[in-house]
Amino acid sequence: MRKILMVLMLATALVSAGGCASKKPKPGASQSTEVGNNAGADAAGANADAANAGNVGADDDVAGPQGGLLAKRVIYFDFDSSDIKGEGNDVVAAHAKYLASHTSTRVRLEGNTDDRGSREYNIGLGERRAQSVRRALMLQGATEGQISTVSYGAERPAVVGNDEGAWSKNRRVEIVYLGPGGQAAPVQPQPQR
Amino acid sequence: MRLNKAVSVYLATALMAAGSAVPAWAQLKIEVTNGVADPVPVAIVPFAKPNTGDGGLDVASVIEHDLQGSGRFRTLPRTNMPATPTQPNAVVMGDWKNAGEDYIVVGRVVPLDGGNVAVDFDLLNVLTGQRVAGQRFTGTPTALRNAAHRVSDVVYEKILGIRGAFATRIAYVSVDGQPPAQKFQLIVADADGENQRLVLESRYPLMSPSWSPDGQWLAYVSFENKRSAVYVQFVRTGERRQVSARAGINGAPVWSPDGKKLALTLGGSSGNPDIYTLELQTQNLTRLTDDPAIDTEPAWSPDGKSIYFTSDRAGGPQIYRIGVNPGDRPKRITFTGNYNARPRLSADGNLLAVVTQDSGNYRVAVQDLNSGTFRVLSKGHLDESPSFAPNGSTIMYSEREANRGILATVSVDGLIGLRLKSDQGEVREPAWGPFAP
Repeated sequence: MRKILMVLMLATALVSAGGCASKKPKPGASQSTEVGNNAGADAAGANADAANAGNVGADDDVAGPQGGLLAKRVIYFDFDSSDIKGEGNDVVAAHAKYLASHTSTRVRLEGNTDDRGSREYNIGLGERRAQSVRRALMLQGATEGQISTVSYGAERPAVVGNDEGAWSKNRRVEIVYLGPGGQAAPVQPQPQR
Repeated sequence: MRLNKAVSVYLATALMAAGSAVPAWAQLKIEVTNGVADPVPVAIVPFAKPNTGDGGLDVASVIEHDLQGSGRFRTLPRTNMPATPTQPNAVVMGDWKNAGEDYIVVGRVVPLDGGNVAVDFDLLNVLTGQRVAGQRFTGTPTALRNAAHRVSDVVYEKILGIRGAFATRIAYVSVDGQPPAQKFQLIVADADGENQRLVLESRYPLMSPSWSPDGQWLAYVSFENKRSAVYVQFVRTGERRQVSARAGINGAPVWSPDGKKLALTLGGSSGNPDIYTLELQTQNLTRLTDDPAIDTEPAWSPDGKSIYFTSDRAGGPQIYRIGVNPGDRPKRITFTGNYNARPRLSADGNLLAVVTQDSGNYRVAVQDLNSGTFRVLSKGHLDESPSFAPNGSTIMYSEREANRGILATVSVDGLIGLRLKSDQGEVREPAWGPFAP
């Protein structure tokens, strides 16, 4: 962690010591768009508000239950594996039991990988882990409608680093409890099977 | 045949004229490895320029930077130049022969009525005395860098017989900050890293940028709605459109060679990623794979008839090829090692670039699709996201260095490597745009 802080401080020092008018790329007023915080602009000057385009049914995260194992929200995985192991089984069991007895409570499972290898393939691996936890929850009493999944692959590390210490903390599924507000609806029809 | 010992040459990038952004690419490190590299000695003489107070762009320096950075040329330092002619008839060939040059470029920046400028240049063969090429590029003063790159393209092609790719653009993702408060940007820049333009900014991950064949649009994946969705964005105006936000994974969009379709990965609510094509005009979706394995990272063949993709149906990720008409069965393409992913095709269809696992490292490799020869090109520990230059001679990719991602290029023969260091934070996932029309 100290090494990461040092690298960060050095990088920050480099940026601020540059003394130049702009180190950042220029946002052409007619060219750039900012999303993710409900801001957007296009050449016509209208507020595109692109972030809201797909926000129908988006869920809000809530704190959820906190007692005992329920306070643990992260399940970790071995390299190249989507098998739930060790304490992960206990964590899953606790949340499954809670979901089984609170049938209107919903969770989102967020699958992640370490950052080695190809990014979109890692999206697939993260999804595989999320699905593994989903199946385990359903086997132990949760219902399909209570669980949604998303994979962030390697894009949302918990810890930045290039060693097993960091990687092992990033190979994970996070259980996120969701507030009320209806089922998250996909914006478009599902692919035909 | 001269053998060059490994040489590290540091070139400071030229500062731009006052009023323009100082480049964020602080340093360019060129590595020429041992081997058959016989760089062509060429002198790029400083161009004549109009007497503007701010000095103007050093056009010759941009050309030098392009050609030297390609690894195929060795440019003459200005301190060694016997003279500084700017017209072809002022060149005394004997002097340049004695200086060891094979070619010389002279030129002039000429202001035009109405505020535009012209860049005139002449490429001369020192050994024969002949004028090999000469041309005028005109444009606004702010497009002077682009004119310089166009000169580099002509010089490169006339001498090497391969079209130059200096006047092209790249797109890439830049990430700032530490999780969970990271900021993601999608940026378009010149191929040398200059002239960066912010295309999109988000608090949520952005990934997988892909250029349309006409270089006007970018497709990409955004997690701005807390799940993946595919967007297309018209770069010049910023107008954007969500094209797939289906349940589950929406990922890895790539434009078809005719610009009418995207191939992409969809996972559905069961979470099993497969390859689809999406017709942009009609939104018609065609499914190509149906397999419990992870099938992802499609790439089109240049004739638009096949799609290469990553699949771990054999246990670990390998590259497969399938025809675009449904019902065709995938054929496995890579057999070297246990991990080959993220296929990309050269424009002539002969080379396949992949991320491969090589002695525990993740590196960029190319497979010759005709002969089957497999060659690891890059040398890092965590290299990823290869993208071919439109002339097929170079691959840009990202590598991790001391916890930061940087962009690098390697020639397809593996002889020449180059790193683009950035002050900006971490950069990743370069996508090399097409030739300008």
